[in-house]
Amino acid sequence: MFLTESFKTAFSLIVHLNAELLGIIFLSLRVSGSALVISTLIGLPLAAFLGFRKFPLKGTFVSLLNTFMGLPPVVVGLLVYLFLSRSGPLGFLALLYTPAAMIVAQSILALPIVASLSYSAIVGVDPIISQSSRTLGATPYQVSLTIMKEARFGIMSGVIAAFGRVMAEVGAILIVGGNIAGYTRVMTTTIALETDKGNFELALALGIILLSISLGINFLLHLIQKKGTIRA
Amino acid sequence: MSLALTASHVRKSYNGRPVLEDVSMSFDRHGVYVMTGTNGSGKSTFLRISALIDDADSGEIVFSSEEGILKHDIRLKRRITLVLPQIGIFNTTVFKNAAYGMNIRGVPGAETAKKVEEVLAFVGLAHKKDQNALTVSSGERQRLGIARALVIEPEILFLDEPTASIDEKNSGIVEDIIMKLKAGGKTTVIMTTHDKDQAGRLADTWLIMHEGRLIPHS
Ligand SMILES: Nc1ncnc2c1ncn2[C@@H]1O[C@H](COP(=O)(O)OP(=O)(O)OP(=O)(O)O)[C@@H](O)[C@H]1O
Ligand SMILES: [Mg+2]
Repeated sequence: MFLTESFKTAFSLIVHLNAELLGIIFLSLRVSGSALVISTLIGLPLAAFLGFRKFPLKGTFVSLLNTFMGLPPVVVGLLVYLFLSRSGPLGFLALLYTPAAMIVAQSILALPIVASLSYSAIVGVDPIISQSSRTLGATPYQVSLTIMKEARFGIMSGVIAAFGRVMAEVGAILIVGGNIAGYTRVMTTTIALETDKGNFELALALGIILLSISLGINFLLHLIQKKGTIRA
Repeated sequence: MSLALTASHVRKSYNGRPVLEDVSMSFDRHGVYVMTGTNGSGKSTFLRISALIDDADSGEIVFSSEEGILKHDIRLKRRITLVLPQIGIFNTTVFKNAAYGMNIRGVPGAETAKKVEEVLAFVGLAHKKDQNALTVSSGERQRLGIARALVIEPEILFLDEPTASIDEKNSGIVEDIIMKLKAGGKTTVIMTTHDKDQAGRLADTWLIMHEGRLIPHS
């Protein structure tokens, strides 16, 4: 049967991982991993700022951030494309169709997720924690650090959720990366392309690997959430 | 006497309803001050204001020592501490919870470890030091709250209902701790309780919060 045959070939492709396939997987991890580091470096301080400071229109800003969690990847791709295209404001950087452009696009996708979920984790910490740390002589800065530490499992969940989202995303990187073989081709864009070409075995093999990674991520998330809820 | 506290004409209202009307009192001797009073009379409010966690609407909280009157800065705040009725436990081990005050003061690890071990032994929690503090019993939690405060060697220790919601045995342990502090003669304890017998056992000075004022028990 066609389907079983395809699966068989797909599994044998996975077992005999060739250099091209490995390169694709590695690039996916590198692009999404870098995007995650960047979005965390920006998103966590942003979440802390929102969590600890009071300023006008804060509620609006938080709602906006929540809305951006669901940004359609193709729209982000389009916007980044417009900025990076030769006639765009950042065209001189010549980043279009490079892994760097893909990292930029995925950072934008991941940022609201990291920031918003970290913010929720931070404001969700019981106020008794900040009171306790104040009674023990913590400076306002130390109180904030203590709260962030208490929110650590929630923050990690946010980072992992963002990773899951960008790993699975295809719209943005396809537009700004261009799916160039051996250069900007990652798992999701390869699956799209190979399916189009009727090359289902390779697409399936990558699909299975992507699913396994996603499964791994969710298992990690589950472990972290379990550790974070020892509340007596 | 190193650190003395004087409250004068302290007033505090919540939502336009006065809780503290005019609280004036000197806490200028080492020993144990016990405050009693009905639910909602303002004991906790007064402790939070005295411990510099909340602000009064008017009136003054004055801390003084040989150096004179002290500014309400972080240096002063680190010489006093309040143990809240509900202990805010950090999601980590008993040991690290107890070490918190020393860690934020930048005390070196070896010195911290020594002090924490000593204090945990003092409150009878030495054997629990590696357990996650969120999983200890409520009696142990209360003692951990006190240990965490004692580690920083406060000159004034405020305890808000340290034996509420724990059994007689644990309550007895907490009373013993307070008696030892009293005998040590280095710490002023200002505490609240609803247990009149306990107040009688522990108090050098017994005060009653009544109609927004703090008055001596006669
Ligand atoms: N943050 C707050 N906001 C509004 N009202 C408050 C607040 N804190 C205390 N109150 C009110 O102030 C009054 C005094 O409360 P407080 O907790 O000081 O009483 P208490 O003497 O400690 O009572 P208990 O013996 O029940 O602990 C109560 O009526 C309480 O509802
Ligand atoms: Mg109270």
